[in-house]
Amino acid sequence: MSEPKLSTVPVVRVLVTKVGLDGHDRGVKVVARMLRDAGFEVIYGGLRQTPQTIAETVLQEDVDVVGLSMHSGGHLTLAPAVIEALARRGLDVPVVVGGIIPERDRATLREAGVAEVLNPGASEGQVVAAVRRAAQRRAAPATPGGD
Amino acid sequence: MTRLTGREDWERQYRASPSDVVENTTMSGLEVDPVYGPDDGEFPGQWPYTRGPYASMYRGRLWTMRMFAGFGTAVDTNARFKELLGAGGTGLSVAFDLPTLMGTDSDDPAALGEVGKSGVAVDTLADMETLFDGIDLGSVSTSMTINSPAAIVMAMYVAVGEEHGTPRRRLAGTLQNDILKEYQAQKEYIFPPRPSVRLVNDVVRFCTAEMPLWHPVSISGYHIREAGSTAAQELAFTLANGFAYVEAARASGLEVDVFGKRLSFFFNAHIDFFEEIAKYRAARRIWARWLRHRYGATDERAMQLRFHTQTAGVSLTAQQPEVNIARVAIEALAGVLGGTQSLHTDSFDEALALPTEKAARIALRTQQVIAYETGVTAVADPLGGSYFVESLTDRLEAEAEAIFAHLDELGQGSILEGVYRGIEEGWFQGEIAQASADFERKVNDGRRVLVGVNRFAQADEPEADILYIGAEAEALQRRRLADTKARRDGAVVEKALAKVRQEAARPETNLVPSLLEAVRSYATVGEVVGALAQVFGTWTERAVV
Repeated sequence: MSEPKLSTVPVVRVLVTKVGLDGHDRGVKVVARMLRDAGFEVIYGGLRQTPQTIAETVLQEDVDVVGLSMHSGGHLTLAPAVIEALARRGLDVPVVVGGIIPERDRATLREAGVAEVLNPGASEGQVVAAVRRAAQRRAAPATPGGD
Repeated sequence: MTRLTGREDWERQYRASPSDVVENTTMSGLEVDPVYGPDDGEFPGQWPYTRGPYASMYRGRLWTMRMFAGFGTAVDTNARFKELLGAGGTGLSVAFDLPTLMGTDSDDPAALGEVGKSGVAVDTLADMETLFDGIDLGSVSTSMTINSPAAIVMAMYVAVGEEHGTPRRRLAGTLQNDILKEYQAQKEYIFPPRPSVRLVNDVVRFCTAEMPLWHPVSISGYHIREAGSTAAQELAFTLANGFAYVEAARASGLEVDVFGKRLSFFFNAHIDFFEEIAKYRAARRIWARWLRHRYGATDERAMQLRFHTQTAGVSLTAQQPEVNIARVAIEALAGVLGGTQSLHTDSFDEALALPTEKAARIALRTQQVIAYETGVTAVADPLGGSYFVESLTDRLEAEAEAIFAHLDELGQGSILEGVYRGIEEGWFQGEIAQASADFERKVNDGRRVLVGVNRFAQADEPEADILYIGAEAEALQRRRLADTKARRDGAVVEKALAKVRQEAARPETNLVPSLLEAVRSYATVGEVVGALAQVFGTWTERAVV
């Protein structure tokens, strides 16, 4: 899985994970498979991750995009906490959030720096497109060396 | 057993049942019988109970309309409970927040952002005192949906009863306390499977001896289905978990005829109408056969499967949410035609947030329409004898039997060991993930239609009106907890926790009495869980995608 591929198209590495105490993992697993089928390199972070463990994984695994699946109502606290933990380590990695997110919270999440917010029931096409957009946005500014 | 025909035997039972509570004529004035079928066939209330546990079914007693509620602090939820009881409800059903479900206190950094969000926050006995303040525990029945810390929370309920002067033998209700499906599906586990099952069984032992009106475990397929399983997997995994608890209880010296009567079940009602009905019918038949033949039950009540149903949260769509009212009605009808004893109908806005009061009322009214307007309650098992439903019932039973055979082999003749291995090896989790992915693929390529999502979608939907829980509850709950901690006697707490650790290390000792002592000292759920974890360890799953 983690063998680097020889290709002109760089492989996008996506971490999909849960943050906080919520164990509802049907959605996150479905998304992991969708992204894998679409050619992304997917790292499944599993349950009960904290902002710190997520930032650690991003650093260790050289992740390009973080996908958070949230169903517990804690997104307004937890998603910004993940962004902050990434920033504290100097990681400029886009965060995509999906799950049970009320309409009125979407703008708040974007203001807090969330790159994309997915609706419940988002199609495979929408999920893949959102992650691609997030990855491109990251690739556009000069990537800090080492890639 | 008896020389009577099926019908004669049924008639005898029926006459001894409670009298009619439902209209028994059609709108044209045609009188309908309480049940239909050939004289020598199987009737409701008869082995193996495919057609229902009771001869009279809803003519004797309607299902319980039990609506799940909980949010914010105990003060908020207590007010909601009083409203529900004031509106004529007799049953309460407590939804706890995620930190409570995970045994994490509200002041723990890991609880950040989740306190009081998806249920009520309970940290100490003080919160349970507030939650049930002014409610007569001797006249309500209370269902508590909690698993890993279930024994601790039940101990709190018993302690509140004592304070009110209601002895534990008069407390009626249900504790979910089904840890096995947590490892398989919902993932709210703390300790490893074996010590967790010991805790479940300690509660079963305690209740069998001291709480005759209490259901100590509600064996739940609901969450297995919500995690993405098929109906056949929901049926098979749930019943296998049930067999596992029976084996654990028997190994601890309990008689199957005694504790078997206190076990109850909880199934999903999904949208595939006839398959759901067949699932409930198959469940009753399988349970009866296994309890009698494999586990030696002789008391009929220990063989009769009774269940609660909830409509499928996962079938609700965030798109055009009002359409969910129709989905819920169809799913609830399947539960009723399948003979459920109790029903929760989801609110149409639950793909977006916790329900608003209006949405919750519509959900309850949906049950009342089915109960009082449609006439479906007049006849027990009205689909019995349908070629299609009978065939589906048989086929689901066969699918489930194949899964039991696999688990029996995994466990070398023990379903309990087979279930442990299936969890440890990620077998259940992998099967569920595969079924869920298969379904999703069908939705994506349009073979499965979701109205409003992959067909009949509507642009520019107006924003829905939802229940919004702000951050205030979290701050308030932290203050409540700090208050309680300041008022309690630290030395008493320490002593009680030391006792919990000590008894946890002795597998034959029933932990419930020492848990009772700990909660009476106002030890927090997190402290008690911490004490147990020092002995039991904690569990991390092998991730299976």
